[in-house]
Amino acid sequence: MATYLVRRLLMALTVIAGISVVTFAMIYFLPTDPARMYAGPNASVEAVARIRHQMGLDQPLWVQYGRYVERVLQGDLGYSYKLQMPVTQAILSRLPYTLELIFAAIFVELALGVPLGVLAALRKNTWVDGLSTLAALVGVSSPPFWLGLLFLYVFAFKLGWFPLGGAGGLSHLILPALTAGLGGVGWYARMARSSTLNVLDADYVRTARAKGLPGWIVVVRHVVRNALNPIVTMAGQDIPWFVGGVVVVEMVFGWPGIGRMAVEAILMDDVPLIMGTVTFTAVLVVLSSILVDVVQALLDPRIRLNA
Amino acid sequence: MTTQWRTAWRRFARNRFALAGGAIALLLVVVAVLAPVLAPHDPAEQFADGLTAQGLPVPSTLPHSTKFILGTDQLGRDLLSRIIWGARVSMTVGVLANAIAVGTGLAVGAVAGYVGGRTGDVLMRITDIVMAFPTLLLAVALVAILKPSIWVIIFVIGAVYWTWIARVVYGEVRVLREAEFVQAARSLGASTLTILWRHILPHLIPTAIVWGSLGIATNVMLEATLSYLGIGVQPPTPSWGGMIQQGQNFYRTAPWLIIYPGLAIMLTVLSFNLLGDGLRDALDPRQKR
Repeated sequence: MATYLVRRLLMALTVIAGISVVTFAMIYFLPTDPARMYAGPNASVEAVARIRHQMGLDQPLWVQYGRYVERVLQGDLGYSYKLQMPVTQAILSRLPYTLELIFAAIFVELALGVPLGVLAALRKNTWVDGLSTLAALVGVSSPPFWLGLLFLYVFAFKLGWFPLGGAGGLSHLILPALTAGLGGVGWYARMARSSTLNVLDADYVRTARAKGLPGWIVVVRHVVRNALNPIVTMAGQDIPWFVGGVVVVEMVFGWPGIGRMAVEAILMDDVPLIMGTVTFTAVLVVLSSILVDVVQALLDPRIRLNA
Repeated sequence: MTTQWRTAWRRFARNRFALAGGAIALLLVVVAVLAPVLAPHDPAEQFADGLTAQGLPVPSTLPHSTKFILGTDQLGRDLLSRIIWGARVSMTVGVLANAIAVGTGLAVGAVAGYVGGRTGDVLMRITDIVMAFPTLLLAVALVAILKPSIWVIIFVIGAVYWTWIARVVYGEVRVLREAEFVQAARSLGASTLTILWRHILPHLIPTAIVWGSLGIATNVMLEATLSYLGIGVQPPTPSWGGMIQQGQNFYRTAPWLIIYPGLAIMLTVLSFNLLGDGLRDALDPRQKR
């Protein structure tokens, strides 16, 4: 286990180092001048030059990269021109909203996708199976921003069941979570279908049937419980995916998460905020995928022994 | 080889979902190519009778007249014509970005998988690094640097999407390089490039076809998303995502501004997904769901 963990961490470190090079290069090659952005449009040429010197922008490339890494390692992702606060602080204040939405979306995927998939497997090759496959594909193929706007129109505007946007209690969360989760319902349904089909053939299911247990008990106690393993793994892998995936949903519903902050930063040309968010989310993705791998290795000895 | 393709076609033709997907995809390509002929109006023309007395979009004029079949948009332009022209943008971005992604993915995956060793490690680690960035945020950051235009969008989508293909191809080539026919070629003194080109590449064609189709679905969605966020294809060029973005302030009074462009995106993505799934089942029955 220790060897596996060390190897996984080393790999993650190289990836994180690579991320720092990529983000640094992107900041460096940006056409906007950070010193000018910081000084404001009315500052004199001398003032901008002084700020450029203070920010170390007249130093050689590798010195600038070294300083960048040093700052990032200390948790300093720069200063947002527009929000007038450190980028790290801005991200941390929005992160809970994004995480709340991600977990709610995964809940939607599981709550709708798993029953749909199990049902499709139990009624294999009937119209139920075909319909659930098609429903799954339509969900995957619908642009989330479109679904979100349609939900807003029908459930918030026409029926008035939910608020028109923003964050707050459960009523604010339901529509964004449905929008973010519906796309994934299809994948979970397919996964649940194929893993249920695998389990249905297993000896212990036949035994359970043979000893006369009622059908639904066999399904709940023996089939679904065992079919869930790969689905739990999938839910874990979904967390990093969603970090980028909920951006659009946050935009549609005016949800105050980091994705919406990043897009607004772009529209306002706030470079440190854009790059800070991109760096932060990339590192978050790497760390959460390690966490998923480690949990998997703990649960399934085959993974750590083969690695 | 020919019998193989014929079997694949027979398997594909039996799959009703795949056939439907292929037919719709083909139709969309035709619409994109023939947009100038098919569109009833100039997509940029602002009609005097295209807005109501209150200055709002006009709903579908059917059944009384066929002038605005799907209604007009917030500037009094014909929505149907704009959706038809929007197919051009979506298809251009989808197909060209995918050519970049599939080409890069094939090259990186095949070289990394065949050469292996240090080179392979470095290439796959680069792939990991690009994959670590959330696709949409990376695309958003790149577009911010390069300033949005249709060519930048094509390049950016190609640049973020090749990693998945590289991963798949890498895995396949790792297996192929141990195959007897590859070892035979190597022992006959064939160069690495010859082996990759003559002996390995032909085996990757099914993968390239499947990802070629699934990739178009993904790319069309990504382009629509970027355009919806206002950092994709810029107005006045009609793009489906951009149409929804510009129409969303009117969704309460003119929901058709959202509904129809969204349906177009969904239909496109769905058709290429169905086609890609069908192709995978037909070309590689081992992976059948």
